[in-house]
Amino acid sequence: MDLDFTPNEMMTIAAARALSNDDICFVGIGAPSAACNVARLTHAPDITLIYESGTIGTAPDILPLSIGDGELCDTAVTTVSVPEMFRYWLQGGRVTVGFLGAAQLDKFGNINTTVIGDYDNPSIRLPGGGGAPEIASSCGEIFITMKQTKRGMVEAIDFFTSFGHGAGGNAREKLGITTKGPSLLITDLAVWKPDLETREFTVTSLHPGVTLDRVQETCGWMVKCSADVETTVRPTELELTTLRDLQARTDAAHSGAAA
Amino acid sequence: MVKFQSLKDAVAENLFDGDTVAFEGFTHLIPHAAAHEAIRQGRQDLTVIRMTPDLVYDQMIGMGMVKKLIFSYAGNPGVGLLRRMRDAVENQWPKKIELEEHSHAAMANAYEAGAAGLPCAIFRGYKGAGLKDVNANIREVTCPFTGEVLAAVPAVKPDVTFIHAQKANKRGDVLIEGIIGVQKEAVLAAKRAVVTVEEIVDNFDDVHHNACVLPRWTVTSICEVPGGAHPSYAHGYYTRDNAAYLDWDKIASDRDVFAAWMQKNVIDANPEVFADRIATLREAK
Repeated sequence: MDLDFTPNEMMTIAAARALSNDDICFVGIGAPSAACNVARLTHAPDITLIYESGTIGTAPDILPLSIGDGELCDTAVTTVSVPEMFRYWLQGGRVTVGFLGAAQLDKFGNINTTVIGDYDNPSIRLPGGGGAPEIASSCGEIFITMKQTKRGMVEAIDFFTSFGHGAGGNAREKLGITTKGPSLLITDLAVWKPDLETREFTVTSLHPGVTLDRVQETCGWMVKCSADVETTVRPTELELTTLRDLQARTDAAHSGAAA
Repeated sequence: MVKFQSLKDAVAENLFDGDTVAFEGFTHLIPHAAAHEAIRQGRQDLTVIRMTPDLVYDQMIGMGMVKKLIFSYAGNPGVGLLRRMRDAVENQWPKKIELEEHSHAAMANAYEAGAAGLPCAIFRGYKGAGLKDVNANIREVTCPFTGEVLAAVPAVKPDVTFIHAQKANKRGDVLIEGIIGVQKEAVLAAKRAVVTVEEIVDNFDDVHHNACVLPRWTVTSICEVPGGAHPSYAHGYYTRDNAAYLDWDKIASDRDVFAAWMQKNVIDANPEVFADRIATLREAK
């Protein structure tokens, strides 16, 4: 097969690789959902995927359009009520990884999905946080995945929907948050990890063919790069096939419903 | 005691101008038919509560019925933003609405507190979150045993809750299956509860012992409205009409197109049309 791949495919596959077979993962909709299911269908068959609609241990054959599609319930180990989801499972500390997307992200992993502009007088009213504020504080750690744009990756976010590392350093500790917070950012161009001291996201791996200049051109903050930056391993045939088959099944199912 | 009645009568007897009302459903079993009946009856000055206000609240906001929205995620699931809600927040069209915005954890806890008869919900949340600065109803309490500072929000206590469920039996007990969301809590937290169902069956003899059943004395009114969740879905009956959610993005993006759509599909329609809307979406039994 053609092992050429798109930046989006590289992003999803790099994100999938970050998950392990033992993870209990709270899955955000969109890019995180694709990555989590590719992980489940490749190297992490026993990973537990949880969607906030209450489905625990779900194994969808197609990607859901919403976090509450029937497919998630049909394939779950169990489906609980939403209050139970947030109280026993998330707040109870049972989730190892929360996987989030972002409309706006800053270099410390703080996320805005609430408003662009002033809260009371926004230029764009976004959907809001949903489960994210508590996912960000209650999961063992947070992975973030998003496509790089200057509009999305900004020096200062307009609203703190969910807290990452605040202004950096030990900001979480100062607020009494005991979980690790954002520990990984996977974009369409690179893999980033927080600096151990400052907690600023730092490029640790560039996807094949990507230059640091290109990363900077699509990022609103001054990009820092680790001393020993690596090249992300190219997608394998299995990874690409799994992702493309999943997307094809998903597209067929959703356009079928539209016909 | 529970009444079996038409949706028209149930809305007329249970929803009044100025009420605080929840049309609940967490991405499943969303009570579209009931919301459309409320729109037809032209209720005004409503405070509407829902974790995930989607198309039905976009429609009610666009029709100028909403004074205040209490919510935690206002999007068109899998599609994008709510255009009518945006127009109201960004441009005050057709009128200004007040927002009380929470996280899902807060709303879920607040419903549960309402069902439990408590004045407020306490949970570990909102740490470092900006909503604390824009919502005066997000406060803190200190645990008297450990000293831990926790978040507190007022209980949700609707005047009336509307939900859609798969089945009622002839006695009036209600069965909810699949993704059950926060519907049980929303019913038990409310003074009155109206439930639309796919069908009314003789009994629940074949229902599992631990199923989510609302006993008949917790429900005010039951209305048989097949398809009443469309374009949402009813697990075991019909699938989600994803195309309708995609179409809504276009309809709601223009005020005139929206008004014309509402006239044709809501104002000039009735609850019976929902059965036709799901005809091609029915699950193979």
